[in-house]
Amino acid sequence: MLNYHFDWSIITSGKYFEWLVSGVKVTLELSAISIVFAFVLGLLLAVLRMSQVKPVRYIALAYLEFFRNTPLLVQIFFWYFGSYKILPQAVNDWLNNTNFEFAAAVIALSIYTSAFIAEDIRSGILSIPKEQMEAARSAGFSYLRSMQYIILPQAVRITVPPLVNQFLNLAKNSSLAMTIGVAELTYQARQVESYTFKGFEAFGAATVVYLVISSSITFLVYQYDRRVLNPHKAA
Amino acid sequence: MITFEGVHKWFKKLHVLNDINLHVKPGEVVVVCGPSGSGKSTLIRTINQLEPINEGRLVVDGMDLSDKKTDINKLRAEVGFVFQQFNLYPHLSVLSNITLAPIKIRKTPKKEAEEQAMALLERVGLAVKRDAYPTQLSGGQQQRVAIARALAMKPRIMLFDEPTSALDPEMIGEVLAVMQDLAKSGMTMVVVTHEMGFAREVSDRVVFMDAGVILEEREPEAFFKNPQHERAQQFLKQLLSPMH
Repeated sequence: MLNYHFDWSIITSGKYFEWLVSGVKVTLELSAISIVFAFVLGLLLAVLRMSQVKPVRYIALAYLEFFRNTPLLVQIFFWYFGSYKILPQAVNDWLNNTNFEFAAAVIALSIYTSAFIAEDIRSGILSIPKEQMEAARSAGFSYLRSMQYIILPQAVRITVPPLVNQFLNLAKNSSLAMTIGVAELTYQARQVESYTFKGFEAFGAATVVYLVISSSITFLVYQYDRRVLNPHKAA
Repeated sequence: MITFEGVHKWFKKLHVLNDINLHVKPGEVVVVCGPSGSGKSTLIRTINQLEPINEGRLVVDGMDLSDKKTDINKLRAEVGFVFQQFNLYPHLSVLSNITLAPIKIRKTPKKEAEEQAMALLERVGLAVKRDAYPTQLSGGQQQRVAIARALAMKPRIMLFDEPTSALDPEMIGEVLAVMQDLAKSGMTMVVVTHEMGFAREVSDRVVFMDAGVILEEREPEAFFKNPQHERAQQFLKQLLSPMH
């Protein structure tokens, strides 16, 4: 027989409930901001990676390989414990007055995920027939404008399923930010567990919330794909 | 309007354009024909520098393409290009396909660009398709939209690279009719095509190419009645009765 006495009431109301809710808020904020940065950076990198200018291409490649091939946790520690040592004092003073843990987590998550997103978008760009670029160029668009108006909008549509994967990974990876003291959901769940010894309930609740967040991301992106990116296919 | 002087081009070792000399006057309609691999597509693609030339001089609408300082994007905005495979932008509606370049490059206000696009769609007979997407159109309709898209930039020259070769036979006529209408309006046109009916009725001159060389350049009546060069005679014979 189980000796464990389940008590869900401690996490459905009161102080511990509020801790978890504030954790959910931080997780949502951290994920949403990082997803936007990671996507924009990823787009930029994908284009730089295909530049006609060799040095630009190689710098982008070096960036990708570097951030794809080192552990995210090390990168988080690097930005949090390492970066301030090489920054000017004025910047550090400013950072100390802001939420530096949060900022370091956003930087690490965005940069790490952008490397994967860039490769996904690049494969999307490569799948667009070269005649599309020719049509755009012959209308008088420059290379970058052709990318902006004609190639990337098509490439991103193709890239939606792998992009969803990257967004999901990012949302789940945001739990690593607890290691530098960002009070996100996992951090708060552990706090609740430490105070109450109700580990099953605390992490059970966190698990359910992560599931809801992940499914919502999937749902929202596919809705956007269907309603905005491909309206003619929805009909 | 378009002047080739001793133009050469190579793809690696292959000599695709060999000493091309050609002059197209404003308002003229020139048809380029020849067997496949003769360099006719390459020739038309050099005019808006989709293919750069290696040697010689090429002047289009007063702009020297052999001069590195020439703003190639500016030149391309003045030259409409129609592709064999249409190459419409599949993520945009018919109307947006036509208005994109005028709005972004010419800085035409959106409303004005849309009015002009609608006028062009009327002209090619597809006003009802303004909100359709390219995949919802037949090949002939897509090519007519592609022509309207090129015309939206108010080009001074129109280039057609085998515009009907990818079409089912019953759709060729509708595209040729639009092109004929355009030729009548005084547009300068260079057309790569095997449609000899179009060449005969609409063009001012026929250029026959083989192996990167212009072998004949004559008025259509004379060319079809009495081709001078042996390769041109063979080519026409095969075109008119492919079974023999």
